[in-house]
Amino acid sequence: MALKTETMILNMGPQHPSTHGVLRLELELEGELIVDVKPHIGYLHRCFEKHAEAMTYPQVIPYTDRMDYLASMYNNFGYVLAVEKLLGIEVPERVEYIRVIMGELQRIASHLVAIGTYGLDIGAFTPFLYCFRDREKILNLFEITCGARLLYNYMWVGGLSHDIHPDFVRLTKDFIKEFRPTIKELNDLLSYNKIFIERTANIGILPLATAINYGVTGPSLRGSGLAFDLRKEEPYSIYDRFDFDVPVGQGLMGTVGDCWDRYYVRVLEMEQSLRIIEQAIDKIPDGDVHSAIPRRIKPPVGTVYQRVENPRGELGYFIISDGSTNPFRVKVRAPSFVNLEVLGELCKGHLVADVIAILGSIDIVLGEVDR
Amino acid sequence: MKTPDEIFDILKNNFNDDVIGIEKEQPTEPIIFVNPSAINKVCLFLRDNEELKFDSLMNLSGVDDANGEKVKDNDGSEIIKGGTLSVYYHLYSIKYKHKITLKTSTSREEPRVESVESVWKTANWHEREAYDMFGIIFNNHPDLRRILMPYDWEAGYPLRKDYKNPEFYQGMKVPY
Repeated sequence: MALKTETMILNMGPQHPSTHGVLRLELELEGELIVDVKPHIGYLHRCFEKHAEAMTYPQVIPYTDRMDYLASMYNNFGYVLAVEKLLGIEVPERVEYIRVIMGELQRIASHLVAIGTYGLDIGAFTPFLYCFRDREKILNLFEITCGARLLYNYMWVGGLSHDIHPDFVRLTKDFIKEFRPTIKELNDLLSYNKIFIERTANIGILPLATAINYGVTGPSLRGSGLAFDLRKEEPYSIYDRFDFDVPVGQGLMGTVGDCWDRYYVRVLEMEQSLRIIEQAIDKIPDGDVHSAIPRRIKPPVGTVYQRVENPRGELGYFIISDGSTNPFRVKVRAPSFVNLEVLGELCKGHLVADVIAILGSIDIVLGEVDR
Repeated sequence: MKTPDEIFDILKNNFNDDVIGIEKEQPTEPIIFVNPSAINKVCLFLRDNEELKFDSLMNLSGVDDANGEKVKDNDGSEIIKGGTLSVYYHLYSIKYKHKITLKTSTSREEPRVESVESVWKTANWHEREAYDMFGIIFNNHPDLRRILMPYDWEAGYPLRKDYKNPEFYQGMKVPY
């Protein structure tokens, strides 16, 4: 007599330390193996898009901070670029340089959290402390600039809220000098650690065609081997003036597009961000960061879709203006939201413990998934 | 790399009346209007055509055009009768580096648009979001459920311009 077997449904989350926020995964299991994963999201939904319709254009900026709270600078950056495009205004050179420097510092800070917590998920506690120690230095730089450590409201339409501190250039150079050797340290500690490689190499392989079809962007797409970076692809702001490389996954430890590749792209990107900051920091021209801020922001009727390379991927703002002082519609194309969708595809056939490794390698921020 | 005008001409030649027109009076990219019942065929063509190769859907967003007639409801609040809901598609070709925006409009009373989930998998969640927020039904979508709001939210679609918050949700008072 044949035994009847059924798959088992297991809920992971919403309160689970490895889901990096309130995410519920409905796992369908056959023994230890994953048959299907259904993510349930929305636990952190705060109606950003509805709020934005009731605000004037500059009032929306603090709300953008609260979406991807690990990369607030870059959320501001994308939004102000979109509104500036709608208004058709140019910003002073000084503002452009400071924006790029802040954006790249933010990218390093965000990647440090991604790398640190990824190690933590896999079971390596020490790198997490090192990463947060270094991130602290970047947050200090942001604090002397605008007073805030996490939610900055720093970039304004046409300018910046504050000029940089007189010590900023010196402190940033000190930071670069201190930080560069720690990347090697991090590699020795985590990237080439045998246990870490065993847990991540050949796990959750994302083929390039699948990645493109699912709209995956950022380090997760580059981990699959395509050098697609919006800073190179369609340079916004002044990114076309800097010399930097776009690291891609090469399957050094396993197969192209596995968890280790996605992880390692982030490590390499920190080095490239340092290069951009180094090129920009000495060239910051003089000027007034408030001179181009319009007194009244009332864009003409029309639509704009502006995308930027956020630390997690393509962050797009779609804004419709009806000619009034409030946006008619703001839609955010959040990279975490789009990247999370591919999770089910990646997990099939893996073990339950691998779900943690795969989820961590996509690096989502739930504040942005749910908006 | 093709300009939006060239793309529009190619589409017009292949789809006649289903491709309605092109609007260029924009501060940024022009918009091509497409019939909601043909959007999936147009998208499949755009993805597979050798000269176009729109392999990535950057963004898909629902919009409440709020162009209907505004009437007073029984409780004094304003509701919108008639008019349209729209869906915007932002496409990009990684190979040729060109992009295009499509727009399709459907009636507010019975909003139905063909799903493009079979063309780009990424549309799955985007369409669920548009359904959740605007109540736009995507025909042939494999899994059209609410995504950001609770599954048992019965008070309508939050991003419609005439949306009203309910008094209670599961016995909890909503306005605070």
